[in-house]
Amino acid sequence: MLEIIPEQPMFLVEVIVSGLLTGIMYALVALGFVLIFKASGIFNFAQGAFVFFAALTFVGLLELGVNFWLALVITLVVMLVLAIAVERVVLRPLVNQPLIILFMATIGLNFLVEGIAQVTWGSDVYPLDIRIEDTPVDFIADATGMLLSRQEMVAAGIAAAMVLILTVFFNKTKYGRALRAVADDHQASLSVGIPLQTIWAITWGAAGVIALVAGLMWGAKTGVQFSLALLALKALPVLIIGGFDSITGAIVGGLIIGAGEKFFEVFIGSYFGGGTENWFPFVLATVFLLFRPQGLFGEKIIERV
Amino acid sequence: MIFREAGQFKSNYRDDEAHLVLKEERWFVLGVTLFAAVVVPLVASDYILTSILLPFLIFTLATIGLNILVGYTGLISLGSAGFMAVGAFAAYKIATAFPWMHFVPVFVLAAVIAALVGIAFGLPSLRIKGFYLAVTTLAAHFFIEWTLTHFGWFSNYASSGVISSPPLDTFGIVIDEPWERYLLCLGFLVVMTVIAKNLVRSELGRSWMAIRDMDVAAEVIGIPILKTKLLAFAISSFYCGLAGALWAFVFLGSVEAQAFDIFRAFEILFMVIIGGLGSIVGSYLGAAFIVIMPLVITNVAFFVAGVVPGLSEVGADTLASLELVVFGGMIVFFLIVEPFGLARLWELAKERLRLWPFPY
Repeated sequence: MLEIIPEQPMFLVEVIVSGLLTGIMYALVALGFVLIFKASGIFNFAQGAFVFFAALTFVGLLELGVNFWLALVITLVVMLVLAIAVERVVLRPLVNQPLIILFMATIGLNFLVEGIAQVTWGSDVYPLDIRIEDTPVDFIADATGMLLSRQEMVAAGIAAAMVLILTVFFNKTKYGRALRAVADDHQASLSVGIPLQTIWAITWGAAGVIALVAGLMWGAKTGVQFSLALLALKALPVLIIGGFDSITGAIVGGLIIGAGEKFFEVFIGSYFGGGTENWFPFVLATVFLLFRPQGLFGEKIIERV
Repeated sequence: MIFREAGQFKSNYRDDEAHLVLKEERWFVLGVTLFAAVVVPLVASDYILTSILLPFLIFTLATIGLNILVGYTGLISLGSAGFMAVGAFAAYKIATAFPWMHFVPVFVLAAVIAALVGIAFGLPSLRIKGFYLAVTTLAAHFFIEWTLTHFGWFSNYASSGVISSPPLDTFGIVIDEPWERYLLCLGFLVVMTVIAKNLVRSELGRSWMAIRDMDVAAEVIGIPILKTKLLAFAISSFYCGLAGALWAFVFLGSVEAQAFDIFRAFEILFMVIIGGLGSIVGSYLGAAFIVIMPLVITNVAFFVAGVVPGLSEVGADTLASLELVVFGGMIVFFLIVEPFGLARLWELAKERLRLWPFPY
């Protein structure tokens, strides 16, 4: 193994690449936000709780001795049921309320889902084995000397696949177009015959599935614990940089945040005792907001009186 | 029948502009204040004073502050805990740097410092709003927390990062008995409530509400957006900073930056929502609700555990999770059923009392 010292040019590349891979993981969480925002204009603060809930349910089932694939299927069903229940119980009575009220409702939902997950499965930290080893990929290590986790490479692959699927879905399919219409104007889309409730159920279900994928990847990386729920907070700057309604933006934003925070932590933050990863993404997002409030790929917001 | 405006005439502008128009209301508020100031310290046990009433009073102060920002100006903030931390650490630095200073100016100065920090982090609010702003206030929160824990200067290089308040000495009398601390907090709260009550119906308060309802329209009719928003941030942070200083000096005595974590910020936001957005009375009700609810949950859980066999021990972590469930559930419930919170229920109850016992 190479001895790592900051002067090596390869070290800089490794820092940035590993930051980018972490960024992909952030993007996985952020995708769930984008999906719901695109389809209903709601900023779903509870997405992080969904991620936590999915991972904890899956691990809990595994602990009970359920088969890996069966547990995956059960968790998938649970997530779909949860998502549809949220739509029915929480969002439907709040239709036509100001967006800020909906946002706060999802903050409440966030705590509700976190609480339910912990009451059901306990609040211990579980290790999660998704049968992909968290070891450096040999051929990359041999060729370039960079140690890149196999898991993170897989996560990157999955994220890329999901972006592809979602982009095709939103732009080419009937339901995808209906989703965008609903996001644009609830009433107008109702009047042209789009079934609002079906659309929302689909969206929330899809967000639940994304949460499951994100939960599995993060759970394997850090263990299934409460801090997973705080990922929602980290996804916020990702969304701001990328734009709330852009799938590409979520990925690009994730990459920028991931590489940026790693770079800052290693080269600047370490002079101040480290730990800058907690605030750097938010400050970066704030600076970003001042110059481009709609994000890199977001639609421009026009306000009228 | 209990409330009746019949026969109570306003014959001058002073009466017309009074906060409490009706005689009954004036007596009620006076009665409650006297009860809180005289009867409660005599009757209440030390436990109730220190672990229920003190946090309630301090949280109410912080909730009024956040309500000014979220409820009156419509700027969502998750930075209230951060500003509380600023208040606490500023008070500590001032009190240790100038030991001869009385603690009241120390607290006020600390709150002023919190207000200045609030202005700095409120600057982005000029261009962004809604949940975008929530993100920038999160930036404020995490940055403040990191700064306070990573630079020893703020805690006078204490190795644990814990700050301990010097004794609260007022002209030879040291305030340390529970009832003394209670009365100190109550005094601050009453003064700050009166100020807030007057602020929100001043020109400034009305400008806040105009911005909340539609900031573009407010700008068009000539309200200075930058000044008004920054003042909202400053005053809100002033309240939070004062609450933080009281929290550190009067309630806990020694505190570290982690005591003001992000969950605290959510807690205060919940108090605002459950109490009622844009209502001072609501701030009291919301704070009371959130302070008392964990106790109710704990007691109910222990009661259930005692009755149902097999559930003999309820773990502390399960209780904490149950608390989350009830918190979250209440928020969702309130937003669906009563978006204006407990304050609205209070108004409805007053309306009922006005008519009672007649149906209309």
